[in-house]
Amino acid sequence: MPTRRRALLVILLLALLGLASLAIALAAGSLPVSAADIGRALFGDTAGDTEGVAAEVVRSLRLPRALAAFACGALLALAGALMQVLLRNPLADPYVLGISGGASVGALGAMLLGLPALLVHGGAFGGALAATLLVFGLARGEGSWTQTRLLLTGVIVAAGCGAAVALILSIAPENKLRGMLFWLMGDLSHAATPAPALLMLALGLLAALPFSRDLNLLARGDITARALGVPVARLRGGVYVLAALATAVAVTTTGAVGFVGLVVPHLVRLAIGNDQRVLLPAAALAGGILLTLADTLARTIVAPQQLPVGVLTALIGVPVFLYLLTRSPRGGAS
Amino acid sequence: MTALLSVRDLEVNVGDVRVAAGLGFDLEAGQRLAILGRNGTGKTTLLSTLAGLREPGAGSLLLCGESYEKLGLRRAARLRGLLPQGHLDAFQSTVLETALIGRHPHLDRWAWEGREDERLAREALAAVDLAGFGAREVHTLSGGERQRLAIAALLAQQPGLYLLDEPLAHLDLNHQIAVLDLLSRRAREDGVGIVMVLHDINLALRHADRALLLFGEGRTLEGPAEAVLTVETLSRLYGHPLREMRDGAARYLVPE
Repeated sequence: MPTRRRALLVILLLALLGLASLAIALAAGSLPVSAADIGRALFGDTAGDTEGVAAEVVRSLRLPRALAAFACGALLALAGALMQVLLRNPLADPYVLGISGGASVGALGAMLLGLPALLVHGGAFGGALAATLLVFGLARGEGSWTQTRLLLTGVIVAAGCGAAVALILSIAPENKLRGMLFWLMGDLSHAATPAPALLMLALGLLAALPFSRDLNLLARGDITARALGVPVARLRGGVYVLAALATAVAVTTTGAVGFVGLVVPHLVRLAIGNDQRVLLPAAALAGGILLTLADTLARTIVAPQQLPVGVLTALIGVPVFLYLLTRSPRGGAS
Repeated sequence: MTALLSVRDLEVNVGDVRVAAGLGFDLEAGQRLAILGRNGTGKTTLLSTLAGLREPGAGSLLLCGESYEKLGLRRAARLRGLLPQGHLDAFQSTVLETALIGRHPHLDRWAWEGREDERLAREALAAVDLAGFGAREVHTLSGGERQRLAIAALLAQQPGLYLLDEPLAHLDLNHQIAVLDLLSRRAREDGVGIVMVLHDINLALRHADRALLLFGEGRTLEGPAEAVLTVETLSRLYGHPLREMRDGAARYLVPE
């Protein structure tokens, strides 16, 4: 029996874990920072303080990066959960409809032209939206808008983007390759500001939560949902736009970080069930926690070298996902 | 008193197939209507048109005296319920959660299912012989159990008009009779209207007050079950000769 109390409990617990993960991200690194330093950096006045360096590192380096990681992980998990309902497929992810492919083409194209960082972000966002519109327009066709058709169109557009990315990589000069590869794998060292991702996260949750019970019905099929009073066509359009925007903002901030959007909603669903009223906020929090911790690992594990965080999420995600696939009676050949 | 469902000059098409043309009938509270026809004549299409999920080609359709357009999706969902054919279970869910989806149109946007909703869902599960199944995962159910669960969700919805697409699919004999008895009791005691697609002529004779035959190409026949379900009409409907047998007052129609 789904109850509001249990939902609040789950969300409260995850929110506390989220705060803990942010605290770890602020404390960990080559410069040791104590809890007192973090407190002073966040809330206190440190002007003229001898501990100024630690506070400065926390405030202007670690905090924006940790927040960006948290927000992007949350956005990807939220978008993944929405896509899974939209495509009625627990194995869908935010990139399945070619959004990351489009963003990659845009971002790498901007890098190839030697454009400044801001325009690389702009290229990623533009590419993501272009791919979204292309898939939506093509899949819509004559109005019948089936999951299979949407999925196939997305896969094909993603494949086309993959070819374009390969082309860009093969003609790019050596000195740009490393940056491009990091972008493709997902990397937070160039995350400029967490503000757009945090704003999008707030907007996304505010837009999705009022409709979460409708989404429960959408997951059970169009006819069932419509017969029970859900405006299916409008809801699906809204979900598609929201998931695409959330993914585009996340990818623009961090590059194409993989597996968060696929594994996190799936794991959360296994743990607490498929009630979207709990699943959506819980997946967002869990995604934020995962990416924050993964990014902290990525910048400390072989410090002073930094790893692209996407490598870590994939290294964690692939075995977890394979385990789920063989275990779950619904995922594999049951 | 307004009819539960009032159909006038209804034309229904799907692709190139004309399902019905000039169809008209009223379904009063407490009446049970059986829809019969060959495969592919558009029984499901007609039912979803009656449920307001599909625009008719022409004609008017009133649910409790109001058009679906005026009612809106949500109010319509409190007045009529639809049992579709086949059930999608892409995600895990328990039996109780699945029965509770019927409460959706009765709950406000931010409301959660309360004690009363749980009681109704458990009652509905008990009514279809699924008491004690509440915590089971849906995908562990058999086909017949899954079908009864879908009927339970419909009962929990508490509509005044039930539209059922092959409610007896996958059910064993005892549950076929139990479901039809349950529906008949709801019609008799609570005055709900029943429209159901059936393939069993003799069950239709026993459990329907009215019958609607779809002959294809838009030709239909609607009327009291006793008058419509005869050897002549049904032999013509199915393209196969039938024979009538009597046992006291009861009539049985069997294929030659």
